[in-house]
Amino acid sequence: MDLDPVFLARAQFALTIAFHYIFPPLSIGLGMLMVIMEGMYMVTKDVRYEVMAKFWTKIFALIFAMGVASGIVMEFQFGTNWATYSRFVGDIFGSALAAEAIFAFFLESGFLAVLVFGWDRVSPRMHFFATVMVALGSIFSAVWIVVANSWQQTPAGYHIVGVGLDRRAELTDFWAMVFNPSAVERLTHVIIGAFILGGFFVMSVSAYYLLKGRHEDFARRSFGIALPFAAVFSIAALLSGHSQAVNVAKTQPAKLAAFEGHFTKIDGGAPLYILGIPSEEQRRVRGGVAIPGMLSFLVHGDWSEPVTPLDDPAILPEGHVMAAGETLSDYWPPVNACFQLYHLMVGLGMLFILLTVPALVLRWRGTLFEKRTLLWVFVFAVIGPIIANQAGWAAAEIGRQPWIVYGMLKTADAASKAVSGAEVLTSIILFSLIYLSLLVVWIYVMDSKIRVGPEELEAGPPSAARERWLNAATRRADASTGDSVTEVPGEDR
Amino acid sequence: MDLNLLWFILIGVLLTGYAILDGFDLGVGILHPGARNDHDRRILMNSIGPLWDGNEVWLVTFGGALFAAFPHAYATAFSGYYLPFMLLLVALIFRAVSMEFRSKRESPTWRRFFDVSFCGSSALATWLFGVAVGNSMIGIPVGADREYVGGFFNLLGPFPVLVGLFAVSMFAMHGAIYLSLKTDGALQKRVHRWMWRTFFVFVAFFVGVTVYAVAAVPSATQNFRQFPWAWAVVVLNVLAVANIPRAIHHGRPLYAFVTSCCSIAAFVFLFMVALYPNLIVSSLNPEWSLDIYNAASSPKTLGIMAIIALIGMPFVLTYTAIIYWVFRGKVELGKFSY
Ligand code: HDD
Ligand code: HEM
Ligand code: HEM
Repeated sequence: MDLDPVFLARAQFALTIAFHYIFPPLSIGLGMLMVIMEGMYMVTKDVRYEVMAKFWTKIFALIFAMGVASGIVMEFQFGTNWATYSRFVGDIFGSALAAEAIFAFFLESGFLAVLVFGWDRVSPRMHFFATVMVALGSIFSAVWIVVANSWQQTPAGYHIVGVGLDRRAELTDFWAMVFNPSAVERLTHVIIGAFILGGFFVMSVSAYYLLKGRHEDFARRSFGIALPFAAVFSIAALLSGHSQAVNVAKTQPAKLAAFEGHFTKIDGGAPLYILGIPSEEQRRVRGGVAIPGMLSFLVHGDWSEPVTPLDDPAILPEGHVMAAGETLSDYWPPVNACFQLYHLMVGLGMLFILLTVPALVLRWRGTLFEKRTLLWVFVFAVIGPIIANQAGWAAAEIGRQPWIVYGMLKTADAASKAVSGAEVLTSIILFSLIYLSLLVVWIYVMDSKIRVGPEELEAGPPSAARERWLNAATRRADASTGDSVTEVPGEDR
Repeated sequence: MDLNLLWFILIGVLLTGYAILDGFDLGVGILHPGARNDHDRRILMNSIGPLWDGNEVWLVTFGGALFAAFPHAYATAFSGYYLPFMLLLVALIFRAVSMEFRSKRESPTWRRFFDVSFCGSSALATWLFGVAVGNSMIGIPVGADREYVGGFFNLLGPFPVLVGLFAVSMFAMHGAIYLSLKTDGALQKRVHRWMWRTFFVFVAFFVGVTVYAVAAVPSATQNFRQFPWAWAVVVLNVLAVANIPRAIHHGRPLYAFVTSCCSIAAFVFLFMVALYPNLIVSSLNPEWSLDIYNAASSPKTLGIMAIIALIGMPFVLTYTAIIYWVFRGKVELGKFSY
C-alpha cells in the first residue's frame, strides 16, 4: 500500500488518542479517591490521612502533566488531520469542545495549582475545596468530550444544509445534541471505567508497600479505601455496560452484531459467543464457545426474539440507501477486531469482579494482607483496567466504521485534503518516538516517586493530630513572613 | 453588532489573554539558561510553576472557540500549517514535561537535558506563533475550495520569520519584567540587566517589523484608512512601549509589567484590525479569503456559544484571580516546588 492519507490519519489519531487516554482515566479515578482521603482528613483530623492525601497528590501531579501534554495535541488534531470532518461538524462538535475548555480545563488547571503547590499557602479547608474542584473539573472534561463523541455515534438535534463543499450539519436543538441517545450511558460507563482504574492503581502501589514491608499503616489504609471503591465500580461497569449494549443494539445494530459476531439469523434466538474467531468470508464464528439464545435474552429479555444480524439490511442507518454496486458488507465494521476488543473488555471486567469481591471478603475477615500471592496479583492488576479502557474505546470507534459521523459522513471522506501522506507519516514517526521516550521517562520518575514513598510520621498519640490541624491554618502566615529562601535539597515534590 | 463580529472580537480577546499570560511564562522559559546555578534555575521555573498550565488553557480555549465559531478557518489553518503545527505541539509537549521532570533527579545531565529542552521549546513555540501571525498578515495560498495549496517552505518567508523573532524578543522582555516581580537579591539584579537588554532587542525588532509592514505588506495598513480611529491605538501602543523603560528606570516593576501587558494587548488588537474582516487571507485571489461570514458557524451556534462564553468567562476570571492571589509575592522553594 502506498501512503494512503486516510489510513495514516486514522493511525495517527489512534496513536495520539490512545496515548492521551492512558492518563485522563487515571486522573479522574485517582482524583475521586483523593477527595475521599482528604475528606477523611477533614472529618477525623487524623494527620495520617493528610500524609496520604499529600503522597497521592504528588503522584497525581505527575499523571496530570502527561494528560495535559498529550491533550493539547488532541485539541488541534481535528483541524490538522480531519479538516473535512471539522468543516462538516464544526457547528456542533466545536461547541462541545469549546465548552470543555471553558467549563473544565480552566477549573482543573487553576485549582491544580492550589492542590499541588498550595499545601502551605491556604487553609486546609480551602485546600480540600481545591481537591474537590480538580476532581470535578476532570469529570467535566470527560462530560463534554464524551458528549461530542456520542453525538458522532448517535447524532441528534441537527439538520443537514448545503450541497457539495458547503454541505454540513447545523445545530437545531442544543439540549437534544447534548442528551443524544447514547451520551448519558456512555458517560456513565466511561467514568466508571476511570474509577476502576483509579482504585486498581492505588491498590497496586499499596500492595507493593505491603509486600516490601514499608509504610505498612499507610498502605493498609489506602488499600482499604481503594478496594471497596474498585469492587463497587467493577460491578457497576457490568450493569452500565449491559445497558449500553442494549442501547447499541437499538442505535447501531451493525456495531452490536460485530461485537457479538452475529452474522445470520438463527431460529430460536441469537447465541452469545464467549470465545471464537469470526470470519467475514464464512459468515460465522469459528471455534466458538456459545450459549444458545443468550444474546437474545441479554438484548431483549426474551430467549427467542431475534437480534438484527449483519446480513439484514436493517443494519443500515435509518434512511440510508445503498449506492449502486455497494453490498451490505461495505457497511460492516471490521468484525473480528470489534469482536476481540469487545470481548477483551468484557472479559477483563468479569475478572475485576472476580478479583475484588473475594478480596473484599478476605478484608472483612482480616486475612487479606497475609495473602502474599494475592497482593502480587494486585501489584500487576492495574494493567487490566488500562487495557479494558483502551479496548472499550477501540471497539466503540472501530465498530462505528465505515462511518465517522454515523449515517452522515464516511471516514474515507473526512480526512484533510491539504495534507499529504508523507506529512502524516512524518508526524506519526515523530510522535511515536516522543511518546515512547516520554512513557519510559514517566514510568521511571513515577517509579522513583513510589520508591521514596510517603512522608514517615513520627509515632505519636493521635491527639497530636488535632494540634497539627490547628497549626496548619497558621502555617500560611509563617511561610509568608520568612523572606529568606529555604532551599530543600534534591528529591522533593 | 452581529454575532459574527462578536465572535471575531471574542477570538481576539482569547488571543490577547493567551499572549499576555502565556507570554510571560514562555518568556521565562526563553531566559531560563541565563540563570547561573541550579538554585536560580529552580526559582525561575517555580515562578511560573503554579500558573503556566492555566495560561496555556487560553490557547486551548482559543482553539476550541475557533473550531466552534469559524470551523472553516480552523480546518484550513491547521491542515494548511500542518508541519509547523506538529512542531508547535511537540514544543508544547516538551515544555510541559520539562518542568514536571527537571527537578525530580539530582543528576546534572538529567537536569541539563530538561533545561535545554525547556528553553528550546519555549523559544520554538514563541517563534512559531510569530510566524503564524506573519503569515496571516501577508496571506497564504488558499484555493477556491478553501484548501491550502502551498508547501511547508511557503510559510517561511522573510516577513513571517521576522515577526517570529519579534515575538521571541517581546516575550523575553515580558518574562524578564515578570521575573523582576518574583525574584529578589542578586538574582533580581541579574534579571534587571535582562530587562534592559531584551527591551532594546525588542525595540529593534519592533522598528524592523513596522518598517517592513508599512513598506511591503499592503494589507497591514489598508484597514487604517477605513478605521482612522485605529491610529489612536497605534499611538497608545508606542506610548506604552516607551513607558516600559521609564517604569523600569523608576524601579516600579509592577507598573512596567502592566505596561508591557498593555502593549502586547495593543499588538494583538492592531493585528486583528489589520485582518478584519478576514480570518485567512488568500494570496491567490482575495475572493477566496475566509472571512468572518463565509467561514462561520450558523447563527444558532454562534448564539449558543455566546451564552456559554457569558456563563463561563466570569468563572474563568474568578479562578484566575484567586490563583494569582494565592501565589502572589516572591518565589520561595519549598517541599512542594518543582
Ligand atoms: C475499566 C474499564 C471498562 C470495563 C471494566 C468495562 N468497560 Fe465497557 N467500555 C469502556 C470501559 C470499560 C470505555 C473505555 O469507557 C468505553 C469505550 C467507549 C465508551 O462508551 O466506553 C466502553 C464501551 C463499551 C461498549 C460500547 C458502547 C458503544 O459503542 O456505544 C459496550 C457495549 C460496553 N462497553 C459494555 C461493557 C460490558 C458489558 C462490560 C462488562 C463488564 C464492560 N463494558 C466493562
Ligand atoms: C479526542 C478528544 C479529546 C480532546 C480534543 C482532548 C483535549 C484535551 C486537552 C487540550 C487537555 C489539556 C488541558 C489542559 O491544558 O489543562 C486534556 C486533558 C484532559 N483530558 Fe482530554 N481530550 C480528549 C479526549 C478525552 C477523553 C475521552 C477524556 C475522558 C474521558 C478526557 C479527559 C481529560 C482530562 C481529565 C484531562 C486533564 C488532564 C488529565 O487528567 O490527565 N480527554 N484533554
Ligand atoms: C470526542 C472524542 C473523540 C472523537 C471525536 C473521536 C473521533 C475519532 C476519529 C475522527 C477517528 C479516526 C477515524 C476512525 O478510524 O474512526 C477515531 C478513531 C479512533 N479513536 Fe476516537 N474519537 C474520540 C475519542 C476517543 C478516545 C477517548 C479514544 C480512547 C482511546 C478513542 C480511540 C480511538 C481509536 C483506538 C481509533 C482508531 C480506530 C480505527 O483505527 O478505526 N477515541 N476516533
